[in-house]
Amino acid sequence: MKKLLIGNEAVAWGLYNGGLGLVSSYPGTPSTEITEFLALHDDIHAEWAPNEKVAMEVAFGASLAGMRSVCAMKHVGLNVAADPLFTLSYTGVTGGMVVCVADDPAMHSSQNEQDSRHYAIAAKVPMLEPSDSAEAYAFAKSAFALSEQYDTPVLLRMCTRIAHSQCVVDIGEREKTPLKPYFKQPEKYIMMPGYAKKRHPVVEQRTKALKALAEDCDYNRVEWADNRDFGIITSGCSYLYVKEIFGDSVPVLKIGMPNPLPDQLIRDFAAGVKKLYVIEELDPVLENHIRALGLEVTGKGLFSAIGEFSQKTIRDAFISEGIRLDNVPEAQGEAPAVPGRPPMMCAGCPHRGMYYTLVKHHITVLGDIGCYTLGAVPPLNALDSTLCMGASVSGIHGFNAARGAETEGKTVAVIGDSTFMHSGMTGLVNISYNATNSTVIILDNSITGMTGHQQNPTTGYNIKGDPAAKVNLEALCKALGINRVRVVDPYDLKACEEAVLEELAVPEPSVIISRRPCVLLKYVKAKPALAIVPDICRGCRKCMKLGCPAISFRDGKARIDATLCVGCGVCGQLCAFGAIGGKQA
Amino acid sequence: MKTTSVMIVGVGGQGSLLASRLLGTLLTDEGYDVKVSEVHGMSQRGGSVVTYVRFGDRVYSPIVTEGECDYIISFEKLEAARYAACLKKGGKIIVNTQEIDPMPVIIGAAEYPRNVLDDMKAAGYDVDDFDALAPALEAGSAKAVNIVLMGHFAACMDIPKEHWVSALEKVVKPKFLEMNMKAFNLGYGM
Repeated sequence: MKKLLIGNEAVAWGLYNGGLGLVSSYPGTPSTEITEFLALHDDIHAEWAPNEKVAMEVAFGASLAGMRSVCAMKHVGLNVAADPLFTLSYTGVTGGMVVCVADDPAMHSSQNEQDSRHYAIAAKVPMLEPSDSAEAYAFAKSAFALSEQYDTPVLLRMCTRIAHSQCVVDIGEREKTPLKPYFKQPEKYIMMPGYAKKRHPVVEQRTKALKALAEDCDYNRVEWADNRDFGIITSGCSYLYVKEIFGDSVPVLKIGMPNPLPDQLIRDFAAGVKKLYVIEELDPVLENHIRALGLEVTGKGLFSAIGEFSQKTIRDAFISEGIRLDNVPEAQGEAPAVPGRPPMMCAGCPHRGMYYTLVKHHITVLGDIGCYTLGAVPPLNALDSTLCMGASVSGIHGFNAARGAETEGKTVAVIGDSTFMHSGMTGLVNISYNATNSTVIILDNSITGMTGHQQNPTTGYNIKGDPAAKVNLEALCKALGINRVRVVDPYDLKACEEAVLEELAVPEPSVIISRRPCVLLKYVKAKPALAIVPDICRGCRKCMKLGCPAISFRDGKARIDATLCVGCGVCGQLCAFGAIGGKQA
Repeated sequence: MKTTSVMIVGVGGQGSLLASRLLGTLLTDEGYDVKVSEVHGMSQRGGSVVTYVRFGDRVYSPIVTEGECDYIISFEKLEAARYAACLKKGGKIIVNTQEIDPMPVIIGAAEYPRNVLDDMKAAGYDVDDFDALAPALEAGSAKAVNIVLMGHFAACMDIPKEHWVSALEKVVKPKFLEMNMKAFNLGYGM
C-alpha cells in the first residue's frame, strides 16, 4: 500500500510492521504523532505515560518480558529518560527495544535545540537517522532486529522537518513476532556493581561489532559522481538539501547511522575527493569524529551550529566558497516589512483570567512548559521564568528559600495539569517537606494542550479515549503534605483574586487549582459571542489588557470578532462602563 | 519535469492542513513525486503558519526558500506579504483579502498594513486577490475559506477539475463534502 505519510506516521507504520507489541510515551512536539498513530492499532498496547522516564522504563519492562517495545519523546524528554537509557545500554534487551527521539532545530516548539546524537555516543547505543518518511519507515522497521541482534536499545533520531514532512511510503505487511521466553538472568538484568562491572566490557565489545556493521550496511551509503573536486558527508534532512542543490553531480557519503560511525568508509570517501565538506544540523558530531580520524574537513566553519538548514543556507555557503552553481533562484522582489504574528493563547483560554489576576497584583510568576507559557508574551508579560517540565514548582521553593518573607507573599508557581503529573509532584513534596511558604497554581485545563490534546492521568480517559482512573488533584496535593488546597474557576475574576490574595497571605504552603477545560475540547460548547456597544465604549482599552485575540481596537473603540469569541465573559467583568455583553447584533 | 513549489500560508486555525492534504493527495494520485512539509505544535496557536508542497519527477527538499515558489496561496492578507520573498520571478500569489489582526496590532504596538497588496502589485508582484470569506459563508461555513482558495488555485493549474473533485472526496469527511464541494466550485469560478 503506497501512501503519503508524515515522518512520524511512517515511523509508526515501520514500528508496527516491525512487530511492535507495546508503546509507552509522553507527548512532545515533534514526536507526538508516532504514538498517536500507533494507538490506532488495537492489537498492541499503547499508552500515554506520565513522563518519559516512566515511558522508557515501561518499554524496558516489556522488553524484559520478551516483547518488542518502543517509547517516543522529544529531545528534552530524553533528558528525563536519560537515567534508564544509560543503564539499559548495559542490560541490553530481550524483546527488541527502540527509543524514538525527535530533535527540534530552530526550536519551533521547544525551549532549547540540544542535539540528541550526544546521548547515543554517551550511552554507547546505536542511533539511526532517516532523511525522509520512506527511510523513516524502513529504519524503524529494521530497528527491532538490530536491537535484538546486538542486544541493545536502538535510538531512532527524527527532527521536526522529517517528523512533519510527507512523502510517499510503500507500507508492507506486519511481521508477526511472538513473545520471547522469559527466564531469570540476574547477571544481565540486575545492575549492581558486581554484575554491572561484567556488563561494561560487553558494551565495549558490542560497540566494536556495531562499528564493523556500520562499514557495510544499508544505513550508510556512498553516492559517487564523476566530479571529485569535492565530496560531502551529510545526514538527516541536510542530505535532502544537498541533493536539491547538486542532484547526482557531487559525491556524497550519506550517514544513516550516526553512532557508531564507519571509520574506514569515511577514510575511503575522503581519499576519493580533493576537498571534504561535512554538512549536519546543530552540533559538529560527524565533524569532530572526522577530525579525530586525522582528516581535513570543512564543517561548522561554513555551516552554522544554530537553527535549521535549507537548500538556501547550504547554497549560499557554497557560493561564499566561490563554487559556481546553476539555477540559483531569483525572487520576484523583497517582502514588505509586516508586523509579526506570534502564537498566543486562544480566545476564551481559561489561563487568561488567572494570568490577568496575577499581573494586576504584580505577582512574580515562575512558569512551566505548556500552552500557558504563552502568558509570557505581551500584553500580559505574566511570567518571570520558564526552564523545563516541573521547574516552576521546584524553583519557587528555592526562590522563596533564598529571599524568605520578602517574596513568599508575592510569588507563585504556575503549572499545567499534565506537567504537574509529569514532574510537578516531586517539587510539591519538597515544598511541604522542606517548608517554604510557597503557593503553587495548577492551571488545570483537563488536557495536555500544547501538543494537540492528549489525555493524561487527570483527565479520566486513556489514549484510546476510553474511561480510565482519574487522579484527584485536590486529594493528591493534600496527600503530598499541602493542607491548603482550593479550586477556582478562572473565568471568575473576583474568585481568582480572592484565592490568590488569601493563599499568598497565609503563612503556610498552598495550592490553587485553577480549573476549566480547554475551550478547544470538543465537549466544551462555546457560549454566544459577546458584543461591545460602541456608544457605551469609552475606548479606555482596559479589555485590551487581556490580550484576547477576539478583541481589537478600531476608530477609538474596542470591538469583538464574533467568529473568534466564545463568550467566556472575562472582558465583561473588566469593563467599568458595562459596554460588553449580550449577543452580537 | 522541473519541480513546482507551492506555499499555503495563513493564520493557525484557518485550515491550511486540510488544504495541503488535498493538494498532496491530488498530486500523489497524478503520479508525481511529492513532498509536503508543515509545522505542528506551537504555531497552531494563532501564529503564522506555512505549509510547503513540492512536486515533480524527483523532489528532494521538503521546504521552499527565497525565490523558489511558483504559487503562494495565502489565507490572509498580511501573511501574503510576509512570505512574498519566497516567490520566484514570474510566480503568482493568490490571496484571500480577509484581515486578521496579529497580537502586535491588537495591543497597538504595530499598524496593520492595509494597503500592502496594492504596494506589492505596484512592485511587480502578480497578485490575484479576492474575498474568499463571502463564498465560504455562502457555502455554509467560514471554515470553508481554505477550500474556496483551493478551488480558485485549481483553476490556475493544468490538472482536470474532476481529479481535484475525487481528491476532495478522499480528504473531506462525508458529512462536510457537500459544503466543501460548493466552496470549491465557488472558488473555481472566481
